[in-house]
Amino acid sequence: MGRRNVPEVNAGSMADIAFLLLIFFLVTTTFEEDAGITRKLPPIPPEGVTPPIIKQKNLFTVLVNKNNDLLVEEEVMELKDLRAAAIDFLDNGGGTNENGEPCTYCKGKKNPDSSDHPNKAIISVRNDRETEYGTFLSVQNELVGAYNFLRNREAERLYGKNLTFTKMDSIAKHPQTTDEDLIEDLKAKMKVIKDMYPLKISEAETSN
Amino acid sequence: MSKFKKKKSGELPPVSTAALPDIVFMLLFFFMTVTVFKKDDYKVAQKLPFADQIQKLDKTDPVIYIYAGKPSERYQKDVGTQAKIQLNDKFADVSEIKDYWFNTLNNDIGQEFRNVAITALKVDNKTNMGLVADIKQKLREINALKINYTTVKGPFSKNFEK
Repeated sequence: MGRRNVPEVNAGSMADIAFLLLIFFLVTTTFEEDAGITRKLPPIPPEGVTPPIIKQKNLFTVLVNKNNDLLVEEEVMELKDLRAAAIDFLDNGGGTNENGEPCTYCKGKKNPDSSDHPNKAIISVRNDRETEYGTFLSVQNELVGAYNFLRNREAERLYGKNLTFTKMDSIAKHPQTTDEDLIEDLKAKMKVIKDMYPLKISEAETSN
Repeated sequence: MSKFKKKKSGELPPVSTAALPDIVFMLLFFFMTVTVFKKDDYKVAQKLPFADQIQKLDKTDPVIYIYAGKPSERYQKDVGTQAKIQLNDKFADVSEIKDYWFNTLNNDIGQEFRNVAITALKVDNKTNMGLVADIKQKLREINALKINYTTVKGPFSKNFEK
């Protein structure tokens, strides 16, 4: 019986096919990650509990109306000035905290008519139902920016020039950070900073 | 006639392209593995606001998405132009958020993440805060307190560009 020669399949066009697929996946791949401002909503208070009364001087009120105008502490303000105003308020340190200790790390004006202590200072954002989401978020962004500024300042003072609070946060949360000791260490340091300037932003119910 | 042939001058041997498919396949597999197809089709406008004080949401985080915004143009004649909520790939009412949240938690994420699940609010720049406040109220009622206002990285002044 004669030996049959099985012809070899030509693989020359394999590269073309692979290229085609490659280009398809190249085009469809997006590396974008979701990012945003993370917040914890206040739990619904149980019935019959009256919220504690807060001194007016420890409250920093930001009102946003339906035309997206800002009223900060009863004065009209531009959005670009909000961060500085919030920093002044938080960092004032005019009095003492719950334990009667003065704020030793505050660098503010110590104005007796502004906040007592960063621990007591609360920022209240109130907006209209017609306010645009973009404006609301810009306000939130500036307020978080004020906190980040103060936290970064203290982190640099305590832990050295290159270890800001936001940097510690991004390292500790990064999925490729696997060193457990490092994460624990950063979390402990972040806790210290967070206790110095606890984030207290209230998003009050919409007023009409 | 010399015993040794002179080398041919100038002619380079052609570069072998036999390894080309291998390289291409390697790239192909890389992109195949990293490609994530978009989960939901947006039926609402999704021009997210800009912010720069942001934290990243990792792909491994337990995240539940809620979209809101004006309906896209091709749905406007059916559902109107008022801002709507989108859950999965359907328009939904505010009252459906609770069911949706628990369904997603149980089916896709896992019961054990009840207290750490993050609800990402992907809300269009031009939406009224009233709708957002309604969503937040529903989430408070079911004790889903961790939320994330999803944004795009950029200065906030871009939020006011027309």
